[in-house]
Amino acid sequence: MRVTVRVQTADFDVGAEIARLRAGDKAVGAVAAFVGTVRDVNDATQVSSLTLEHYEGMTEAALEDIVAEARRRFDICDALVVHRVGALAPGDQIVLVAVTSAHRGMAFDACEFVMDYLKTRAPFWKKERRPDGERWVEARASDEEAARRW
Amino acid sequence: MRDSVATLVTLRLVYLARLRDAFGCAGETLALQGHETPTLAHVVEALRARGGAFAAELAPGRAVRYAVNHRLAAFDQSLENGDEVAILPPVTGG
Repeated sequence: MRVTVRVQTADFDVGAEIARLRAGDKAVGAVAAFVGTVRDVNDATQVSSLTLEHYEGMTEAALEDIVAEARRRFDICDALVVHRVGALAPGDQIVLVAVTSAHRGMAFDACEFVMDYLKTRAPFWKKERRPDGERWVEARASDEEAARRW
Repeated sequence: MRDSVATLVTLRLVYLARLRDAFGCAGETLALQGHETPTLAHVVEALRARGGAFAAELAPGRAVRYAVNHRLAAFDQSLENGDEVAILPPVTGG
């Protein structure tokens, strides 16, 4: 089983990524994918752009640990995480999590698990540019709660 | 008998995201002395003792995490010469 984790500045093509992920594996009966995108409003304030920073050297290892944990917990065929860093604009894609499995239940669960853990454990930080200046995005308590239920 | 001379370890500190802004630098080299077995707790203690932004941001109860050589670490993690200690504010990716 391949496990693929990528951190990149470039955009990604969801269709091409999923096609690659399930290519040649006829045991796959389900693909669940999540795509996170940049919103133009956060906490009722206009956001004109976003900068995503990460801790180089730790990020890939942290994502690989999360995918490995998903493999232990769920009966999945394969998984892919692509996360962008650098300057992003509203509407841009930020993150792709895609999971393949024999049946949909495991794919849905594993995909959500990976996202919930990524949101609370992978060393990424967002900085927003707003009319009143730049601001580091605050972590949400609801994200911690989402990760705790697994 | 144990050597009574305390170990000197030189560490690379990395401050990320909001903490880099709060501390006014991306990192520094820290020479930690006076502990037979230096731990992450000793680093945090030394930084808090500086007062100012360090004391405020690293105060007990603040949602800050630490990584040693790219792995999340607890306060009792022992440190060796050349280790990279990163201080991470709550993450906001995805």
